[in-house]
Amino acid sequence: MTVAQGVHRDLGLTDDEYESIRERLGRDPSFTELAMFSVMWSEHCSYKSSRVHLRKMPTEAPHVVLGPGEGAGIVEVAPGTLVAWKIESHNHPSFVEPFNGAATGVGGIVRDILSMGARPIALMDPLRFGPPTDPRNAYLVDGVVHGISSYGNSIGVPTVGGETIFEDCYAENPLVNVACLGFVEGPLMVGRAEGVGNKVILIGSSTGRDGIGGASVLASAEFDETAGEKRPSVQVGDPFTEKLLIEATLELIRTGLVVGVQDLGAGGISCPTAEMASKAGTGMRVDIDRVHRREPGMEPFEVMISESQERMMVVATPENVERVLDVAAKWHLDANLVGDVTSTRNLEVSSEGKVVADVPADALAEEAPAYERPYREPSWIAEVRDAPIGDDPPKDLEDAILTVLGSPNVAGKRWIWEQYDHMIFLGTLEGPGGDAAVIRLPDREHAVAISVDGPARYCYLDPYEGARLAVAEAARNVATVGARPLAITNCLNFGNPEKPGVMWQFAEATRGIADACTALGAPVTGGNVSFYNETSGRAIYPTPVIGMLGALDDLDDRVGMAFSGDGDSLVLLGATDPGDMGGSEFAKVIHGCVGGRPPRLDLTAEKALHSLLHRAATARLLSSAHDLSKGGLAIALIESSLRGNRGFSAELDDDHRILFSESPSRAVVSCPPASLRELRHFADELNVPFAEIGTVGGATLAFGPVEIALDDARRVFETGLAGLLSTSMS
Amino acid sequence: MSAQVSVIVFPGSNCEFDCERAFSLLGAEPHLVWHSETTLPHSDIVVLPGGFAHGDYLRTGALARFSPIMAAVSDHARRGGPTIGICNGFQILCEAGLLPGAMRKNTGLKFICKWVDLEVANAQTAFTSRTQPGQRLRVPINHFEGNWYCEDEELQRLRDGGQIVLRYADNPNGSRDDVACVSNAEGNVFGLMPHPERACEAMLGSEDGRLLLGSLLDAVEARRTVPA
Amino acid sequence: MSYSATVDVMLKPGIADPQGQTIERAMPALGFEGVSGVRVGKRITLTVEAADAEAARSKVEEMCERLLANPVIESYEVEVT
Repeated sequence: MTVAQGVHRDLGLTDDEYESIRERLGRDPSFTELAMFSVMWSEHCSYKSSRVHLRKMPTEAPHVVLGPGEGAGIVEVAPGTLVAWKIESHNHPSFVEPFNGAATGVGGIVRDILSMGARPIALMDPLRFGPPTDPRNAYLVDGVVHGISSYGNSIGVPTVGGETIFEDCYAENPLVNVACLGFVEGPLMVGRAEGVGNKVILIGSSTGRDGIGGASVLASAEFDETAGEKRPSVQVGDPFTEKLLIEATLELIRTGLVVGVQDLGAGGISCPTAEMASKAGTGMRVDIDRVHRREPGMEPFEVMISESQERMMVVATPENVERVLDVAAKWHLDANLVGDVTSTRNLEVSSEGKVVADVPADALAEEAPAYERPYREPSWIAEVRDAPIGDDPPKDLEDAILTVLGSPNVAGKRWIWEQYDHMIFLGTLEGPGGDAAVIRLPDREHAVAISVDGPARYCYLDPYEGARLAVAEAARNVATVGARPLAITNCLNFGNPEKPGVMWQFAEATRGIADACTALGAPVTGGNVSFYNETSGRAIYPTPVIGMLGALDDLDDRVGMAFSGDGDSLVLLGATDPGDMGGSEFAKVIHGCVGGRPPRLDLTAEKALHSLLHRAATARLLSSAHDLSKGGLAIALIESSLRGNRGFSAELDDDHRILFSESPSRAVVSCPPASLRELRHFADELNVPFAEIGTVGGATLAFGPVEIALDDARRVFETGLAGLLSTSMS
Repeated sequence: MSAQVSVIVFPGSNCEFDCERAFSLLGAEPHLVWHSETTLPHSDIVVLPGGFAHGDYLRTGALARFSPIMAAVSDHARRGGPTIGICNGFQILCEAGLLPGAMRKNTGLKFICKWVDLEVANAQTAFTSRTQPGQRLRVPINHFEGNWYCEDEELQRLRDGGQIVLRYADNPNGSRDDVACVSNAEGNVFGLMPHPERACEAMLGSEDGRLLLGSLLDAVEARRTVPA
Repeated sequence: MSYSATVDVMLKPGIADPQGQTIERAMPALGFEGVSGVRVGKRITLTVEAADAEAARSKVEEMCERLLANPVIESYEVEVT
């Protein structure tokens, strides 16, 4: 089929990109080839605007077995014990159709983990929406949470934590990121099409027109069928098939029947075929007539770029093909032999006996342009930094405390996480609502801690500092439960990279992540970039979300945030700077201000705190530990009280800034008085400021000048969010 | 020989591994049995675990009841074999007619995963022999369609016959009469929405599940010592 | 005047229907051969006050657009008597 002039533009390729393709092929591309390039060279698949910046990230450490470039990063958390850890985004689809957008987001990240030979064992969902008082946002919250719940619960993977943040900037650009932890049951798998003569098999759901972009693609195809049949389709998830796919894939890997595995996601069949061949230095010949289809009359390009869900691609030796098909059949899954591994280094696609695409695999998988988009500090930043910080004293301190406690970003999220199965698989030792989730691995011996954090308001004020704070906070959360921070995965959510101001935010944020990860010894094992999160010219806050993975030496070392012993001593670790109010919850909630600079971070002090928390945990000194973040000391104390169902009395300054400053590198811990000496000794050795501030016990939260009844605080905390969200229409 | 426990696995079941672990911790020997088998291995107890058998499509448990293994499960149940359906398993047993009632969506129309307190209504069943009447047990629930319903007359029969075994102390889903667990008239088949297999280790939150699953193991012992 | 309305909501053609597919696959096991194209939707019945049948239909169609169907993935048919 001939390609009309300029069709490449309808497919989202620039004139220069089209020229590159022509040059690379030495001829004009066919329509099918053009469609394949349009998805493989898209921002989402090729990282063309971000690659040059992502190179700054540290990716190596003795405990990182596999870094970026595979389905998921692999980390050794104990000798011989490997886990997979990755985060993905599904932002735009979730705005279009929140339930299915979020559900398929879960499906996608699970398959990434699965492709490594890891059993998915935990999910976390960092979510961001516009203010919940607006019914349109409430509708999105409801749909997204329901979608994650429905999918995650059905496939039997617990959702053990996450974040839910509300800011004006996300109103028309909700962010749905999903992180998944997997346990490598063995052997470790990679996505390579090794072995010329080996066979390529597609397993899972049938292929329809799901996710094929835009009417413009259809218009460029010049067909004469009725438009109705060709309508592009929203991706719908089928968790039932995904669950079967999980078991079948793990069985195939466990029994040594496959030599390469890759999941299908963005880019459809074009992606694993091109990437597996490219990574192995081989080629692939695919006959798409063998692809099981759900719809009649699909064109070759549609088969190649369709994003139908719940599909995996495996490579097996010819002798094992029958047994692979048997395993699929046992698990009630369709499986079809669709191709061979060749030595040509090309991806050759045929349909009805004719070759419709014949392209070097590297061209699709590796050779998308790497743009060095221009960036410069935007002019509005100076205004924002000069804007009022919002640190004036409140009219009434008690009222301010309760108002911040009940505000959407701080209030309890039980309404959300009680919709998630957070217990299945008997591994959740610390679950939703804690600083980090603590997961006992299926070997029942080892435990890891995971946390997701993305303080975007700080990044808005200063992308470099904000990103450093994000990494520090994620590491601190993991350290607080007694684990050693090991590695991160990151989801970088930004606006339009063609705008120099946005690109500046990205460049600065990646620089901040790189610096912090290097200082903390926690490299980047992979992640995701989501650009173009803006509507009508209004971009979201730069939102790098950090997923931190840590390991506990002994699962009994874990420490929760709940106060547990009446009479325990309350200790504040770390230094409080009353000036660290820029971008704070107090400033936003009480004064409506977002201005100034974010809190200042000293990574040496941060690292020292992590070491102290780890030491204290392994020495079993602590009854509770909780790091300070949103809402500062006041909120941290209340959260520990509510979780432990007991009050406290503290001797604190009545300077509201001491209560609400969001200085990093701090934690509030409680311990039996007998442990104080040893704890203080460790703190002195590590140079961590140590201050006894009070005692646990009673039915009130006594801050010194202010006293609040535990029950009142509980009511405010538990109803703050639920009261704002509408009931489901499902 | 330890009690032989057959845990039936339907496509879409997902609590089978947890059931295996719970019974192993209690000293029994669990085996996973795939739904397309037509015979059961020698089984002292048959367990239908939680999950989403056949995706719960059409009606929860509706398709699963036609699985080949269900004939053998019914057989085991009708011959007095201890049989327990947990969550999705309970739904399947209701659809299969082995337990009274049917499931509807939770009144709040939301999936709920949380710890609840159960009250023992009948401490003399094979599932509750290790408990006391009125005892509170801490066990988690995890479901979207756990709102158990049955007609007035049937409900009265169940109450009179001691077939209501456990109730919710604070009804989370709208179940009639706060019912959390029912048995058949013969007292060998039990269904409950809460997940006892998730309450067998203190580090996970509660060990009260051991009282319930342990009672079943006691019943197996008792059956063995009674002459056939 | 009171009018009875029946609304049938179905997934649009082309949208995957996992429920329909699963039921379809289960049919042979129940002894039913030759079953294909299973799609699952919902039927909503209601009574509505309106000046005439035209107005009633119009009202119900608006309900469909705004609430009863999800226009991104579902289509609907309205019958008014």
